[in-house]
Amino acid sequence: MFTNSNLMEFIFGRLSWSSLAFTHDPIILMTFIAVVLGGGAVVGAVTYFRLWGYLWKEWFTSVDHKKIGIMYVVLSLIMLLRGFADAVMMRTQQAVAFGANEGYLPPHHYDQIFTAHGVIMIFFFAMPLVTGIMNYVVPLQIGARDVSFPFLNNFSFWMTAAGAVVIMLSLFVGEFARTGWLAYPPLSGADYSPGVGVDYYIWGLQVAGVGTTLSGINLIATIVKMRAPGMTMMKMPIFTWTSLCTNVLIVASFPILTATLVLLTLDRYVGTNFFTNDLGGNPMMYVNLIWIWGHPEVYILILPAFGIFSEVVSTYSGKRLFGYASMVYATVVITILSYLVWLHHFFTMGSGASVNAFFGITTMIISIPTGAKIFNWLFTMYRGRIRYEVPMYWTVGFMVTFVIGGMTGVMLAVPPADFVLHNSLFLIAHFHNVIIGGVVFGLLAGINFWFPKAFGYKLDPFWGKMSFWFWLIGFYFAFMPLYVLGLMGVTRRVNHFDDSSLQIWFVIAAFGAFLIALGIASFIIQLVVSFLKRDQLRDLTGDPWDGRTLEWATSSPPPEYNFAFTPVVHDHDSWYDMKKRGYVRPLEGFKPIHMPKNTGTGVILSGLSVALAFGLIWYMWWLAALSFIGILVVSIAHTFNYKRDYYIPVETVVATENARTKQLAEQA
Amino acid sequence: MSSEPHAPAHESAHNTHHGHSHGHEAAHGTFNSYMTGFILSVILTAIPFWLVMGNVIESKALAVAIVMGLGAVQIVVHMIYFLHMNTKSEGGWTMLALIFTIIIVAIALAGSLWVMHHLNTNMMPMNPEMMKNLP
Repeated sequence: MFTNSNLMEFIFGRLSWSSLAFTHDPIILMTFIAVVLGGGAVVGAVTYFRLWGYLWKEWFTSVDHKKIGIMYVVLSLIMLLRGFADAVMMRTQQAVAFGANEGYLPPHHYDQIFTAHGVIMIFFFAMPLVTGIMNYVVPLQIGARDVSFPFLNNFSFWMTAAGAVVIMLSLFVGEFARTGWLAYPPLSGADYSPGVGVDYYIWGLQVAGVGTTLSGINLIATIVKMRAPGMTMMKMPIFTWTSLCTNVLIVASFPILTATLVLLTLDRYVGTNFFTNDLGGNPMMYVNLIWIWGHPEVYILILPAFGIFSEVVSTYSGKRLFGYASMVYATVVITILSYLVWLHHFFTMGSGASVNAFFGITTMIISIPTGAKIFNWLFTMYRGRIRYEVPMYWTVGFMVTFVIGGMTGVMLAVPPADFVLHNSLFLIAHFHNVIIGGVVFGLLAGINFWFPKAFGYKLDPFWGKMSFWFWLIGFYFAFMPLYVLGLMGVTRRVNHFDDSSLQIWFVIAAFGAFLIALGIASFIIQLVVSFLKRDQLRDLTGDPWDGRTLEWATSSPPPEYNFAFTPVVHDHDSWYDMKKRGYVRPLEGFKPIHMPKNTGTGVILSGLSVALAFGLIWYMWWLAALSFIGILVVSIAHTFNYKRDYYIPVETVVATENARTKQLAEQA
Repeated sequence: MSSEPHAPAHESAHNTHHGHSHGHEAAHGTFNSYMTGFILSVILTAIPFWLVMGNVIESKALAVAIVMGLGAVQIVVHMIYFLHMNTKSEGGWTMLALIFTIIIVAIALAGSLWVMHHLNTNMMPMNPEMMKNLP
């Protein structure tokens, strides 16, 4: 017979009223109130306008790669706001916390914030945005109607969203890890982090990792198996190439992350000693393993950005990409080399001169294919008819910024220099330099470039340029001071300083963060203004930029089936080639189109996964067991669902295509 | 043209109806090949059991090495007889993926062993005298 407290412990595990973080922290209380009010307003509005049915039928359960891509992008932009709020809090804290002033964030809170900032920006902003753009663009670029496994795609998205939900829950229920974004043991072990923070970290990443890995498999299969006839590997658009390499990296490296986190989980939950200091355990093994995943991860993020820049440069320069083959080979070489450099993240571990020398040299070698890419873009622009549209701004801004980041990277690759700069703000400045200057600029270029394809109207260029200049200048203000501070020996993850002579640099950096905030605000204004001015910005041709690849061959937004007839490819830059040879859009001979059917299984599985993670985090074992059984039952039941496909009737296809014919005729 | 074999929906729908879709160039395996694979797997599992349970080999290190080796052989058996992998299936993509996987696994394993071995040699157990003589 349970006593009362036993029963409570059985039901709620570690969870109690005092776990609710907003009960004892005014900052979190304010955030909580804002989230409740904001969330309530959104839910209320959706209910008032009776949109739940529409959202469920047309979006949540959709297996259309375009809609899933857009949902990924929306998720990532929401998470960007959270991650950026963390950044602003850190910058303000460091700008004021000198001498007697302790600032407003005590260490235990500050530590959660920098951990959350890193985790969210990498796993829940950059990754979903990259995956979303690949999801949207790749099938269109290769002339396919969807991805290879449409249901899997929906499921992957919802698992990523479930991971994000788990991480966001930690803001209000309990706490987040205080370990830094990679949760090194022994700090992240049970002895030094007994609370739920690291468990939130582990299960958030494991749940999202399922989605990431499956979406990687899906996109590889899509690119390998579903290219339009005639599109050989060396005729694939360069963005598709970089996506292929990125997804190969995802599939090869995410299992390592999963396995490493499983070992850490065993250490924390059942008392094994893989990464403790006792009984033969070795924390450095964790660092070694996590970076075998971690280094490919940064290339997972940057390669698609390289692909976007390649498409943007060649489109707006009106030329085919300079050195297409060298671009492909550089991408493949980076893919392989990214597995040979991981130790440069922990030169100071002490594995000695020979090991450090090897990894230092491989790191310097990897900058060669990257440099080749920069030259290819420059030569593409050379003697091109360059149109400075917004994506081109981002591209040029990227080239300048990224080269600086690359050079500081090569500096860090020199082991003796790294011993001085390791874990300093120089390192922070370096990786923000390449991630903001490379990945973020690339993704924003991609959003501006493909937005008209997705929504049928261009983004407003004025606010796009405002956003660009605020981001660019803000970036330099925010991170150049950190280079200086790092060279002076200031280390990362510190929430209070004694030496007030450093303060001016932190104030400048905070000003930079403020400018970036204006950049993000301009981006949001750009979205709103463009929506309001959508009739002026409308693109009826489907090809607003005089594009070169197949996604521009169809209407904007594309019909559900993408292409009424599968295009046949003769050259790379196939749409440019088709236009040049006087392509005529077929007007008859349409047939019914076989398409996959929507399903709610992905949403249900993702909801159960959140429950499973929550049960495991709070030791509510009954909840974990029930939701795990639920996952199994739903998965098995789904395999008996044979109603997975339907035909779009030929009348619908004809009507859609005739509407487009009329639209095009009105244009001409 | 909408019923081209590479149309996505077609492919997934096809999978649903027939279990195995067209487009697979890999052999489906016969009763005999499955039996061969099964018997080989049983043998390759039985030997390690016998080695360990019967204390057949004196040297523990050697026994562990043999067990690991037989495990590796069994992986190959599974790939050939159960996953129907060969050099030609899927236009060579299966083979390419396998080679890539082997390279990555080899890098990760060999690299980790190398790195951790050096770490161990350099950093464990350490006194100030040893610290001075570090390479």
